[in-house]
Amino acid sequence: MPEALRRIGLVLAAPALAFVFALVVASLVLQISGSNSIDTYRTMLENGSRLETMVDMLNRATPLYIAGIAAAIGFRMNLFNIGIEGQYFLGAYAAAIVGAEVSLPGPLHVALICATAIGVSAAYAGIAAVLKVYRGVNEVVATIMLNFIAIGGIIAATFPHVIDRSGNNATNAGTKQIDESGWIPDLNGVVEIFTRDIGRGRQLTGVLVIAVLVGVLFSVWINRTRLGYDLRASGMNPLAARAGGVPPARMVLFAMIASGAVAGLIGMPEILSDNHSYDQGFVGGLGFGGLGVALLGRNSAGGIAFAAILFGFLDSSSAVLQVSGQASQSIVVIMQATILLAAVVAYEVVNRYRQRDEIQRAAMAAEVSA
Amino acid sequence: MTAVSDPQPSPTLIERYQGLHASLRWMLVALIGLFVVVVVQSISGTELLTAPTTTQTTLRWSIPLLLAGLGGLYSERAGIVNIGLEGMMILGTWCGAWGAIQWGPWGGLLAGMIGGALGGLLHAIATIHFGVDQIVSGVAINVLGPGLTRYLSERVFVGMEGGSQTQSPGVDGLGNITVPFLAGGRIGGWRSPDILGWFDKQDWFFISDLAGVVKGPMINVAYFTLIALGLAVGSAWLLWQTRLGLRLRSAGENPYAGESLGVNIYKYKYIGVVVSGALAGLAGAFIVMELTGIYRGGQTQGRGFIALAALIFGNYRVIGIVIGATLFAYPLGISFADFDGSATRALLLVIALAMGVVATAAIRRERRVDASIAGGIGLIVFVWYLLSDSAPDWLPNTMPYAFVLLVLIFNVQKLRTPKFDGIPYRRGDH
Repeated sequence: MPEALRRIGLVLAAPALAFVFALVVASLVLQISGSNSIDTYRTMLENGSRLETMVDMLNRATPLYIAGIAAAIGFRMNLFNIGIEGQYFLGAYAAAIVGAEVSLPGPLHVALICATAIGVSAAYAGIAAVLKVYRGVNEVVATIMLNFIAIGGIIAATFPHVIDRSGNNATNAGTKQIDESGWIPDLNGVVEIFTRDIGRGRQLTGVLVIAVLVGVLFSVWINRTRLGYDLRASGMNPLAARAGGVPPARMVLFAMIASGAVAGLIGMPEILSDNHSYDQGFVGGLGFGGLGVALLGRNSAGGIAFAAILFGFLDSSSAVLQVSGQASQSIVVIMQATILLAAVVAYEVVNRYRQRDEIQRAAMAAEVSA
Repeated sequence: MTAVSDPQPSPTLIERYQGLHASLRWMLVALIGLFVVVVVQSISGTELLTAPTTTQTTLRWSIPLLLAGLGGLYSERAGIVNIGLEGMMILGTWCGAWGAIQWGPWGGLLAGMIGGALGGLLHAIATIHFGVDQIVSGVAINVLGPGLTRYLSERVFVGMEGGSQTQSPGVDGLGNITVPFLAGGRIGGWRSPDILGWFDKQDWFFISDLAGVVKGPMINVAYFTLIALGLAVGSAWLLWQTRLGLRLRSAGENPYAGESLGVNIYKYKYIGVVVSGALAGLAGAFIVMELTGIYRGGQTQGRGFIALAALIFGNYRVIGIVIGATLFAYPLGISFADFDGSATRALLLVIALAMGVVATAAIRRERRVDASIAGGIGLIVFVWYLLSDSAPDWLPNTMPYAFVLLVLIFNVQKLRTPKFDGIPYRRGDH
């Protein structure tokens, strides 16, 4: 087998294995519970190939993708930023409050909202980073605690004071709505150049552009710059990196804060495109979703994009399954968790296979030359 | 001790304290702590801090934390980090409710345990067998737990009377007992005298409060609670007094040393993680059967993480977990009867004082940064206490997390994680 093909095969083997395994598990669950799995998948695919669903899929994938990048920055440095959840909540919350207070010309307003979210999230992530570097507190434990303190403490404490009571929205209390200058335009116009009109009031979020930008920047930065190289080196072998003149403490601080900064953008689709305010229905769980997506996508910008779109697709089909009554919508969550677990197992298995393979080939090469 | 001929300076108070037996020391600390709490509550004009109802609910709400914390102990002592406790607990809640509906309370207990153990087994296979990162596997189990239970509820509870996608029909607990004589429990049909209750009613400073605090945990004690406490004692014995415990801990401290002595490290890691899941599942069953009497989606409310916090706070020891679980449940125990938030406010003063003690200790050890951080926090909390009439309702739930963070900040040098905790182990790799 040619070398290149072999390498590509090894890279693709793991996700493919994981996907097939998840499909088998999901089919079993569906069959046991009396749904027809083939019909269910057909519904999901038919629905997924419609333009409106694709828009929905991309809208769901966008924040997941940003969350995935945030998680990947940590992972590359061998840091677990479990605190993405709390960081983006706090960032979006602050951004919604600040954004509603001011009125600026369009792009500036949007930029201010994003900057607030980034700043607040980065600062909050900074707490965990400082604790790790100066006090040796494990970042997993610290960020878990900080999540609860952010959402159950800081936001819960201040939220009653910032609820907008002028509106008529009694059921879903939220902050004051941001002026229209702070809304990001949707991308429907761009998409419709290539396709028919997007129906059913669906709007493709403009944050998608930001997400793509973040992905490109991440990729270039981690693969093509000195700092990115230092970060990866520290993550793989902190001792060697230190010997090479990379201070590990500074790298921890940097990676954690950068991860938090990106995390700030996760809430932006909600703030800039959907609700234009922070309310009680603010979408949670994206931080943990991001960890999953980053793992599935092997911490590379392209891989994460693939994973985010896959998860976005599954999310968007859950609504259809619910409506059509063909299968429980929870099957989607089960599929996501199974894919994730199966993928990390498959990566590990393939990794071991490759290591063994390399050793064997090296031994063979040594024999030939001897 | 060697004989000393020099005239010795008479021992200071602190030296005398250090000379005491550990159990006596703890008792002394607890008594002094209680005394401070009593003074604080009389200043603040509340009686809830030492009321029997408070300690009663504290005990009851501490049990899920204790059980899941013990679960974490088995896993982490065997060298496997388990942040999937929450997910395993969720599996325990669903299976507990289902088992209790099918076969009654004991069936619920058993089913909850098995449900959690299955979650543990999944974690064990992924991390031990396949070498998947332990945090990653834990996160995946935390995602899987809610999804799976919701799915199962749709299949099983929908259609039952009172059941729906998110909740089960009502579930019975194992039953309660009130201790006779001390707390006035019944023996047969006869109502025994309530000795501690009599003291509690006398309104004698400190003594009545002490009686109230001690009486609380004796009223309506769930049999399940007794089982949990038994498990705590049993775990301490099992992990530190038996061969199995030594081997299990060797897997978490130095698996290669264990391996060289012929210990099958994989086996003990599996035991640790599966038992860990079973205990977390038991915690879930307790929530369903003894706290809420019903399964509800999302009812664990992050208790798996608080349990993890209790484990770290307790320095990976049984007694530490017991203390941690009690401390973390205490604000909740108060908040249930504290409708105007005045008692929780009094707790702020306790925290301010505790921070003051930490700051003083730090100054003695010439740790200036520690002292200023602790002093600063203490001052802020004190000002908060002075400026407010009542504490907000979010405070009791957030306190455990803030507390653990503080403990980690100030005490991290003294906390000792099992040496090989979180590091993947492969036989013959060393």
